[in-house]
Parts: sequence; C-alpha cells; structure tokens
Amino acid sequence: MTSPVLTTDEPNATNRRGGKPPRAPAHAMPTDRRRRDKRLTVAVFLSPALLLYGLLVLTPVALAMWFSLYSWNGMGGLPTDFVGLDNFRRMLSDPIFLGDLRRGGILILLALTVQLPLAMGLALLLNQRMRGRAIYRLLFFAPYVLSEVITAVLFTSILSPDSGLLNHVLGSIGLESLQRAWLADPDTVLMSLFVVITWKFFGFYTILYLAGRQSIPHELNEAASLDGASPWQQFRHITLPLMGPTIRISVFLSVIGTIQLFDLVWVMTRGGPVRSSETLAVTMFDFGFQRYQFGYASAFSVAMFVISMVFALLYVRFVMRRDTQGALTTMGGAK
Amino acid sequence: MNHRRNTLLVGVSRQLLALGLAILIVGPLLFAVLGGFKDSAQLAENPFGLPSPWRPENYGDVLASDTFWRQVFNSTLIGLVTTVLVAGLGAMASFVFARYAFRGREAFFMLFTVGLMFPFAAAILPLFVLLRSIGLLDNYLGVILPQVAFGLPITIIILRGFFREIPREVEEAAILDGCSPFGFFFKVLLPMARPALATVSVLAIVASWNNFFLPLVMFTDPSLWTLPLGVQQFQGQYASDTARVMAYLVLAMLPALAFYSVAERHLAGGLTAGATKG
Repeated sequence: MTSPVLTTDEPNATNRRGGKPPRAPAHAMPTDRRRRDKRLTVAVFLSPALLLYGLLVLTPVALAMWFSLYSWNGMGGLPTDFVGLDNFRRMLSDPIFLGDLRRGGILILLALTVQLPLAMGLALLLNQRMRGRAIYRLLFFAPYVLSEVITAVLFTSILSPDSGLLNHVLGSIGLESLQRAWLADPDTVLMSLFVVITWKFFGFYTILYLAGRQSIPHELNEAASLDGASPWQQFRHITLPLMGPTIRISVFLSVIGTIQLFDLVWVMTRGGPVRSSETLAVTMFDFGFQRYQFGYASAFSVAMFVISMVFALLYVRFVMRRDTQGALTTMGGAK
Repeated sequence: MNHRRNTLLVGVSRQLLALGLAILIVGPLLFAVLGGFKDSAQLAENPFGLPSPWRPENYGDVLASDTFWRQVFNSTLIGLVTTVLVAGLGAMASFVFARYAFRGREAFFMLFTVGLMFPFAAAILPLFVLLRSIGLLDNYLGVILPQVAFGLPITIIILRGFFREIPREVEEAAILDGCSPFGFFFKVLLPMARPALATVSVLAIVASWNNFFLPLVMFTDPSLWTLPLGVQQFQGQYASDTARVMAYLVLAMLPALAFYSVAERHLAGGLTAGATKG
C-alpha cells in the first residue's frame, strides 16, 4: 500500500482534463527524459501524503482485523494467542454489543426525525429576509466550534440533579414534578445526551441546508408564487426536491457521526448508569484501555468499521448515486 | 391594511422563534460565564442571576496557573504543526492529482476519498499499538501524525478541486519562463490557492484543537495534555466546586470562539464546500 506504482502514462492521455499541457514547451527536452522527470515529480509530491495515509489510516484498519482474531491483553510486542472468530462470536451474543446497536439506532432515528428537520426549519427561516439574520447564523453555528469535551462538561453541570440549571429552571416555573437526575437515570440519560448532541450539532446542519437552499434560483419560487402555489406547495415541490443532494449528504454525515460517538458520552456519563448510554466506541475503549482485552476491543473496532463501510457503500450506491461526487467534500466529521 | 398586519405578524413570530433558539444557545454559555464569577453556594442557590458579589478569584486562579497555560501551549503547538503538515502534504498530493496524468491516478485518489468514511474511533486502538511500537507514545508526534493522516482526505478533495480550476495557460507561461514543476508549485500555484488553503487550514486547526480521543489515548504525561484533556481532568478534580470548573471551561473555550468569530466564513465555506455543487 505504501509503494505506489508510478509508471508513466501513454502519450495520448496527456490532454485529459487536469493533465499536462498537450504541446511541449518550445525548448522541448527529449521525450523519455521528460517522462522520467515527470515520474519523479509525481513520486516526490505524492509519496509523503500516501506514506502517512497508508501507515496511519489504512494500516490500523488492517491491524484491528488482525488483533480481533487473538486473545490479547495488549502487553508486549504482538498478540500470540490465536482464537479465530471467538471474539466475534462472543460479541454477537454480548448484551452490551446488542445494546450499543440499539442505542445507536435510537440516536440515529432521533437525529433523522428531530435534529435534521429542526435544522431544515431554521435554514428556511434564516433564508427569509429578517433583522439580525447574520447574528443568528453566527450564534446557531457557534456550538459547533466548541469541543465535545467542553460541551459535555458544561451540560454535566446544567443537568446535575441538585444544583443544575435545568432543574432550577423547572423548579422556578412550578414544574418540580419534571425534575430529574437527568444523567443518572437510565430512563432519561439517552434522551439527555440526544438533546446535548442536538445543541452542539444542529447549527452545522442549518449552515449546510442554508447553503443548499441559497443555491436554488429565486425565479423558481417567484414563478410558482405567481401561479398561486402556497408556501407549503412551494416547499414540497420545489425546495425539498432541489435540496435532495444536501439532505442526502446530511443524513449520511449524521449516521456516520453517530456510529463513532465517543467524547460527549465518555465525559458526561462514561456510558453509564449501568451501560444505559454506552456506544460502540465507549465499549471499545472500556474493554481495550481499561480492562486490557485488546482482542475483544478490536472486534468492536472492526464492527464500527464494517458497519460504517457497509452503510456508506450501500448509501452511496443506492441513495446518492445521482448526486455529484463533489458532494463528498462535506464529510468534515460532523455528528 | 389587513395584508400588512399579516406580514407584520409573520415577521414578529419569526423573530420570536429565532430569538427563542438564540436563548437556548446563549443561555448555557452565559450560565458558564456568569457561573465562573460566583462561588459554589451562589451557583447552587442562584444559577441564572447575576453574581452578587462578583468573585473574579476563580478566573484569576486559572489564569495564574501554569497548568492552564501549558495546555494552551500544547493545544496551539499541536494545532499549528498539524495544520502546516496537512495543508503542505495535502497541497503537494493535490497538485499531482489535479495537473498530472499518470497511471493509477484515479485509484489513488479514490483511496483517499474512501478515508472520509473510516470512523476515527475504529482506528484508535491499533493506532495506539502501532505508535507504541515505534516509541511515539507521550510524544507530540503521536497525536500530530495521525491527525495529519486523517485530515488528508478532506484537504486533498478540496485542494484538488481548486487546483483544477487554475487555467492551463498559467502553467504554460510559467514553464516558458523556465519554471520547474517545483517552482510552479511554490511560486505560482500556492500563492494563487490562498483562499482554498485558508479553508483547509481552518478545518484542520479546529479539528485538532477539539480532538480528545487521540490525546486521551496517547498522552499519559500531564505536561503534554491539551485543553480538552485538561478540562476533563479539572472537572474530575473539582467536581464539587462547579464555579471553578465553569471558570476553567470558559477560559478554555475563549480561544476557539475568538478564532471562530474571525474565521467563520472559511469554516462554514469549507464544511459546505461542494455540497451544493450541481
């Protein structure tokens, strides 16, 4: 993977888009020397990135697959106790793993039915002419630049049972009956986490949708308006279809982000109480770095990887197939 | 008349909605800022009022502590080196992807784009083993290099798109003037690509600044800790003194917010780049 095959190209490939100029400069060098120079240029410019990427992105994925076939406490050089697929057998019948999948599913479902529609509504709102629009845009997007850790510590304090802001607010407006130990109660912890996730990330999706909305020509809505289409009809038949690519990307980012959710959960709950907020990444960390079951933890890494890849391939193949490949550029790590 | 009242009504309700949401965003942040000026007793009795009396000691203590400044330094250093490397290596690779035809070009490019779908969390444990075996645990490079590697895909995609737009005539002219490919890259292409480089740099530095998982695994030595690790550790240490934690939190988020207020355009632009093309 790390030694690219940088053979030269056939001469008539040069006028492809992005290729070298088809005509040689006036003072042309002999062809084979130029070709050798070109090969050298490509190698010099490409290999540092390729080397680093191969070593630190591709190799770890392969290593995780390898480690997952061993029983290993992570000490010493390399694993030796080969156990075949035992780790995967154990994982597939482990209630923790099944719980991780269930909680991940719930979080994804909530994101798709609550968080993304909320962001869409806001984007449409901010697309209207209104006073303070630039400031609202700036504000809604601000939580996205805060680290998940800072968000998590802030909300741990807000949601704390006795001195937390939320319970205090509920108390002062006469809703004492709704006060909870939000993060310490298995019934409310996942929902609380979802609210925090939404607080942090809805601004990102709002910005994304706003960019998508603003790329739709005004004339379409004006024409529909003249033809007597109601705002809802305009949304349903113009805005929504034309924002299809943006919406499909946002769903993709949301799912991929949720699959690897770690920081927020780890800092707020450590996956507790009694694992009721645990995610795949938290379980992986727990088994790997706290209990030193590196083999079993690697099985969770592989699971995360396989789930992401299978989802991504199916999604790109069947849902995004008509969208431009340029759309891929937004995968900047959002949840 | 009636029509005008309706528009007014719509306008007011829009404002109320946006204002309500703005309060939900600003409220928690304001709670933290004011909370830092209270003591814990005040914070428990009066979480959303103004502090009385104002107590600047918590902020003062944090600002006077070496640990805090050490973490600011570590976060800055790691962020800057990561950004320079990811923008530099990414630009070099994008240059040949955009302007050279060679066998396997599309396959290599695909290899990088596939990386966008790799969950970072899935690579953490093998990365730990890998970097331990080459002695990079408790070393800045142990965080910097993986961040660069994982930042390359998005960087290359954005820069390649930008480099492709630069007219071929520019390159021909440079070569006629006796420019080598290296000269063209450094003297012509990079200066022209400043806006795109700014975008990828902002993405890289924000990602690095906020990274928690990687330094958590790689750094056991507290003198290497970054701000996210420090905030988490401080929360554990002063769990009962919420006001103090809030002060630390606010000071830790200030650099990011200040940076955001300057670079918002680039960040939003970078994150949405391409999503609306076509």
